[in-house]
Amino acid sequence: MLLEVKDLNVYYGAIHALQGISFHLNQGEIVTLIGANGAGKSTTLNTISGILRPRRGQVLFKGVDITFTPAEEIVRMGICQSPEGRKIFATLTVMENLEMGAYTQNNKAEIQKNLERVFRSFPRLKERQNQLGGTLSGGEQQMLAIGRALMSRPQVLLLDEPSMGLSPILVEEIFNIIQEINSQGTSILLVEQNAQMALSVAHRGYVLETGKIVLEGKSSDLLNNPMVAKAYLGAH
Amino acid sequence: MNDEQLTVLQRMIKGKWIGKGFLALLALAIIWWVGGKAIQSPSLFFQQIINGIQLGFVYALIALGYTMVYGIVRLINFAHGDVFMFGAFVSFFAVSLFQLHLWPVQTFPSLPPLIGIVIGTLSVIALSMVSCAILAMTIERIAYKPLRDAPRISALITAIGVSFFLEYFGALPFVFTPNFITYKRPFEIVTWYVKDGIHRLEAGAEAPPGSVIFSNVLIIIILVSILLLVGLNYVVRRTKIGKAMRATAYDKPTSRLMGINVDGVISTTFAIGASLAGAAGVLYATAYPQVVFWMGIIPGLKAFVAAVLGGIGSIPGAFVGALIMGQAEVISAGYISTPMRDAVAFTILILVLLIRPTGIFGEPEREKA
Ligand SMILES: Nc1ncnc2c1ncn2[C@@H]1O[C@H](COP(=O)(O)OP(=O)(O)OP(=O)(O)O)[C@@H](O)[C@H]1O
Ligand SMILES: [Mg+2]
Repeated sequence: MLLEVKDLNVYYGAIHALQGISFHLNQGEIVTLIGANGAGKSTTLNTISGILRPRRGQVLFKGVDITFTPAEEIVRMGICQSPEGRKIFATLTVMENLEMGAYTQNNKAEIQKNLERVFRSFPRLKERQNQLGGTLSGGEQQMLAIGRALMSRPQVLLLDEPSMGLSPILVEEIFNIIQEINSQGTSILLVEQNAQMALSVAHRGYVLETGKIVLEGKSSDLLNNPMVAKAYLGAH
Repeated sequence: MNDEQLTVLQRMIKGKWIGKGFLALLALAIIWWVGGKAIQSPSLFFQQIINGIQLGFVYALIALGYTMVYGIVRLINFAHGDVFMFGAFVSFFAVSLFQLHLWPVQTFPSLPPLIGIVIGTLSVIALSMVSCAILAMTIERIAYKPLRDAPRISALITAIGVSFFLEYFGALPFVFTPNFITYKRPFEIVTWYVKDGIHRLEAGAEAPPGSVIFSNVLIIIILVSILLLVGLNYVVRRTKIGKAMRATAYDKPTSRLMGINVDGVISTTFAIGASLAGAAGVLYATAYPQVVFWMGIIPGLKAFVAAVLGGIGSIPGAFVGALIMGQAEVISAGYISTPMRDAVAFTILILVLLIRPTGIFGEPEREKA
């Protein structure tokens, strides 16, 4: 197991946002975490990234306990997040945003190679490298957010709602790129509300409901599960 | 309601025309009044401009620290002026007690004297900068960092407390003493006057009437300030830490997600701002050669006004604001009366806060952590 979350309990003050969730991600997999608004998906990713601390439970990366490891150390170990809402540094150029993604990297040649890889995945970022991040379109910002996270050469990429606010064609494009990134060896934990799309690219999935995992299984099984179909796939 | 339906008065209020009109009138009145003075006596006017530039550059170095720290932690660091005072005292001890400014001449007697003095002076400035950086990092670590997640007012009050602490600790008899101390410059002062060309003014001699006087202090202040400003611009625009500073100022949680050590970046920002204040302390003391424990209060406040005038959080704003403040101060002191210079500074603060709180270069505040 590459990444393992065990009995995670996270609170915001008195709000018990994660109520003992456990799941894992194997090497080479795309695993999706689906659930409605407020289910606790972003809370889960932020706890893995080390910017939220659980009251109980553990996060293990390659068997090492990283529950209380500083956020920057977690990035250096190989887990990076593309956050919900993209969170591009609007006052920095596209290039500078990518450089911030590579903040933990020190090898100039490696950074350059990685940059070329990101530009191959997202040619549009290359054209706009000197533009301010804040002036990109929503789709371009999403590409930048993913590219920026990739600049840290992660073994685990955490993606929080990459399809949010994008047109169907762009969603298609982004998900193709996600699969391509995965096929090049990066394991991906994908958080989505667009369950249809997420399950169509993921190997396995977990369904989160108000801080608890209520269902898990292979994507194909979840897609055919009547409960999932009813609650998340818009079937009636 | 769309624009056409508004009455003229409503439109004036909506566009803040009254404030803008008032400002425009005020600007015209000042230009007319200062212009009159300039025509009456051009040499006196140029003298004021030169004095104002000298002061403005010193304010700029201080104001940058206010604005950078505000940009990254949203704190008005009221102890900043006292860091400036500390920088002046460090250079005082370095020169008077340890003769640091003489080391190049003593170590390499064959060095041309001018180069020796320049290196010696720069060493004194560098020592003050490093000392102030260490002081500010210590203050940040002890006093501000524990309050990072507390309401902003807590850190603000703490900053005022730190300011008083530095002043009255400095006033202790075995620290800086409560007295004015004559400052020994790390170099000899040389004065020139401009009238039909540039002439050297011998020590003790009077400049002929109608001439404009300047000294090597002015040249050093301008050169050192420009050097530091260019350096700062390079650091903030081009280096990894500078980019991380801008990213952190924009969005701390996301910066942490990218693996940026946010606490380290904040600490570095304090250090850079304080080192500029340290250099300003040395330059200020060479221009007005007296040091005393409370000397940082007024320049600190004026640099703060400069930062607000330029738009707090904006680096070019701090620079422009400080140059304006320098001119406003010498012109009001020279043409009205000396105490007016402080009154004018704070009048500017009030006007800015009333008419354009975001300052010249400021953007409206984003609601960001
Ligand atoms: N900073 C916060 N303070 C208090 N409560 C919070 C905070 N952030 C999230 N919560 C609460 O925690 C719960 C889980 O939120 P979270 O953001 O993890 O949901 P999510 O599954 O990512 O939802 P969405 O799909 O809308 O992004 C919600 O009930 C939310 O109101
Ligand atoms: Mg979310």
